[in-house]
Amino acid sequence: MSAALLGSTSVFQGAGSEGRRIVGLWWLMFAMGAAVYVVVAGLVLTAVVRGRRRARPAADSPTADDRFIWIGGLAVPVVILAVLAVVTVTTTSNLRPVRAGELAIEVTGRRWWWDIRYPDQGIRTANELHVPVGRPLDLVLTSADVVHSFWVPALAGKVDMVTGQVNHLRVTVDRPGTYRGECAEFCGLEHARMQMLVIADPPDVFERWMARVRSGAGTTPEDEMAARGALVFQREPCGGCHTVEGTPAKGTRGPELTYFGGRRTIAAATIPNDPKELAAWIRDPQDVKRGAEMPPNGMSAEDLDALVAYLESMR
Amino acid sequence: MTVTERPADPLEPAPPELAGDDLRELWEDAPGLVGFFTTVDHKRIGIRYIYTAFVFFSLAGVSALAMRAQLASPNSGLISPGTYNGLMTMHGTTMIFLFNTPVLAGFGNFLLPLMLGARDMAFPRLNAFSYWVFLFGGMFMYSSFVVGHLPDGGWFGYVPLTSSTYSPGHNIDVWGLGIIFVGLSTTVGAINFIVSTFKLRAPGMTVNRLPVFVWSMLVFSFMVLFAVPAVTLAEVLLELDRLAGTAFFVPSLGGNVLLYQHLFWFWGHPEVYILFVPSIGMVSTIIPVMSRRRIAGYLWVVASLVAIGFISFGVWVHHMFATGLPPLAISLFSAVSLVIALPSGVQFFAWIATMWRGKVELAVPMLFCLGFLLIFLLGGITGVMVAVMPFDWQVHDSYFVVAHFHYVLNGAVVFPIFAAIWFWFPKMTGRALPERWGKVSFWVMFIGFNITFFPMHILGFLGMPRRVYTYNDGLGWNGLNVIVSVGSAIFGLGTLFTLAAVLIAARRKVPVPDDPWAADTLEWATTSPPPVYNFAAIPFVEGRHPLWDVERLRRARPGAEADVGLEVDGAVGRSTPVTSGIDTLPEGVLHIPAETWVPFLVALGLVTLLVAALVSALTVAVLGLGLAVGAATTWAWRTEADLR
Repeated sequence: MSAALLGSTSVFQGAGSEGRRIVGLWWLMFAMGAAVYVVVAGLVLTAVVRGRRRARPAADSPTADDRFIWIGGLAVPVVILAVLAVVTVTTTSNLRPVRAGELAIEVTGRRWWWDIRYPDQGIRTANELHVPVGRPLDLVLTSADVVHSFWVPALAGKVDMVTGQVNHLRVTVDRPGTYRGECAEFCGLEHARMQMLVIADPPDVFERWMARVRSGAGTTPEDEMAARGALVFQREPCGGCHTVEGTPAKGTRGPELTYFGGRRTIAAATIPNDPKELAAWIRDPQDVKRGAEMPPNGMSAEDLDALVAYLESMR
Repeated sequence: MTVTERPADPLEPAPPELAGDDLRELWEDAPGLVGFFTTVDHKRIGIRYIYTAFVFFSLAGVSALAMRAQLASPNSGLISPGTYNGLMTMHGTTMIFLFNTPVLAGFGNFLLPLMLGARDMAFPRLNAFSYWVFLFGGMFMYSSFVVGHLPDGGWFGYVPLTSSTYSPGHNIDVWGLGIIFVGLSTTVGAINFIVSTFKLRAPGMTVNRLPVFVWSMLVFSFMVLFAVPAVTLAEVLLELDRLAGTAFFVPSLGGNVLLYQHLFWFWGHPEVYILFVPSIGMVSTIIPVMSRRRIAGYLWVVASLVAIGFISFGVWVHHMFATGLPPLAISLFSAVSLVIALPSGVQFFAWIATMWRGKVELAVPMLFCLGFLLIFLLGGITGVMVAVMPFDWQVHDSYFVVAHFHYVLNGAVVFPIFAAIWFWFPKMTGRALPERWGKVSFWVMFIGFNITFFPMHILGFLGMPRRVYTYNDGLGWNGLNVIVSVGSAIFGLGTLFTLAAVLIAARRKVPVPDDPWAADTLEWATTSPPPVYNFAAIPFVEGRHPLWDVERLRRARPGAEADVGLEVDGAVGRSTPVTSGIDTLPEGVLHIPAETWVPFLVALGLVTLLVAALVSALTVAVLGLGLAVGAATTWAWRTEADLR
């Protein structure tokens, strides 16, 4: 996959209100930690070199030893740790504040994909989180099965998605871009293949996306191939697990498929979304992602092409 | 190795009525296989613990190398996702439960009575029992390899993933029951260490003369007693959920999944220090000997060990910073997690001070100690970093944390264990290890270690999560993963040099003097290897460093030396003196039980019961229970002769 499809996973991006502060905190700690390492390791090596040169141990001096120990091992660390404690408290208290005008987005961890709902707008999507830049977000996180963890390194620290509990991650995205998110809590067989994309757009672009999704425009098949694909979709068991708005398919066990064609990846950011990959995925999902719960499907090649055309047409 | 300038026999010889032959006859195990199963000799059991643990170490190492082969390239199909998760689970489980803890218990078993000037542990049969339980527990867990269905819920076994809904197979039960079982071994071992330290010290070894390693085993044992019940409870509740249909951890029925995490980490974080504390004890023993002087700040070092024991019970929630607990509550744990750096800092400076005024000799054990210092320093610094809550939110469950805890658990525990092997092997076997192999082993391990684990910090910053069997191409992780995988192979190779050295020593049979390092503690006052009764005459301790403080150790004798009042009669037989807790005055004599099948049979009965519980075989369960109860009854039975 190309870099744009993959999205950035680097903590150093600092593209969110929280991630940025944590990067600052890291560089402070790095400077302190590096200084401590150099000084203490320097003392160790000096002690060894001095000690090697000696013919016999120096005379015992318990007072000098004690002074060295309490100054180096206790007093100096107390000062360093006190600084860190203050920084911890101030940084933490500045993170995750409740703000006016938040956009609430519910993200639910599933094995092994992400169910995304915008409750106030009444829309649902999967594995691709569209967010506006500059507007405070309230990500409402929970799990439908086992414990997962929501982590978009470029934006913020992680928050666990705990079964039977709702957690919040409040963050504002600072810069437009595509950022990669990952499940950070071991959730079983396909934990490695539970990733997502966060697509952060300027507010007007985001609003356009939102308006289009809410309108339902473009989900009715326009060419013959897509129309045939829509019939295949209804005939095959797809609708038992998947939803496509405006059709009888109302399943919720699998990812929402309305506007599937607009998504960049398949199978929770495992493979790029193009007709060839999609056909292979529908044919044999377990070949791509061993633990995927979608059953393989042996439909004819023509039906498959039509189905792919239909799904890709909804964008 | 420096040869000591002390008299050939540093301990005053025993009077003729205590001479070796009679004692040997009284103490010696039955020959051959019978002796193997029935021995209660702490030295045999200790050494057995160590090599059994190293078998598990190599299994864990092979799983690690297999995982690194899989992760060397993106989207690799070398190992299937299910197998990878199983290897990952068993790697962690093995390293914690079947290598680190038992290998330290093994050194404790071998060394503690010798350092105390005693002839065995307080409960020798319990000691044998604890070994058999460990062995059977380990075999039980590894039986999952034989049936081809590895436990795959992670070494921490979080619910609901490990519930019967999401993990219906027997593999999780093997894991859960195995952990409960192995916990039994650790717990009875801890009781044994505590009682031995309190009651079996040689006359004169007052509390402020206790060797640092003994202190560390004491702290280790108390921590085990308070921590292990939590994980036992977690796994008992998990198994009840799985096998009996309760709902402690089932949210839809009113259970709570975070309860499991609290119970697990209430053991899990002290456990990190449970492993670390004896390692500190080893380092604090070896560095002074290799610096030819007393440890600087004995009191500081001991006080920090004890402080770690307490503080480590207040940090468990830092494993749960991301679970959505209220910020005020986690701030407290953040603060305590910073504070626990202080005792380690004190120890670190005590070691530096010791070397600073000492005459440092870079023998192999010292090299491993220095490697430990440089590695632990980095692991300690990153440990402080992850205590800082917001930073932890980023790096938690990423490769940064994998790097951090391998610096502390591999670097700061495995390196001291290797130091201990090179230091005490001559005492255990009476044979010399080839130095040169040790130096090569150290350097290859040290370099391999850093190539393996240092780049993981960066991978964490680049967003690579833990516990993934693969990753996408193009995320910028490929190159570092290749380096890590190459490093792991180098590290593994380094450990093989030590294995080779042990095999060479076994072949060449080069004898060593009784005290090759001119060390200070009592184990060096006896022969290498020590006779089965440890000391013909019980030494009388007159200082913190018994072999350095006096030219020649005196033996404790009745009536002499500060009213020692030792019963020579009692000490002649198969027995060891019992002394008072604080000032170590003789109180009586502890009869050491003869070799017996009983511990082996109780353990066998219990593991049979465990297997029966796993496969729901009632008849077998009754048989196992019968065997365990029957053997335990024999164990508890007292005859007239015993009571005399």
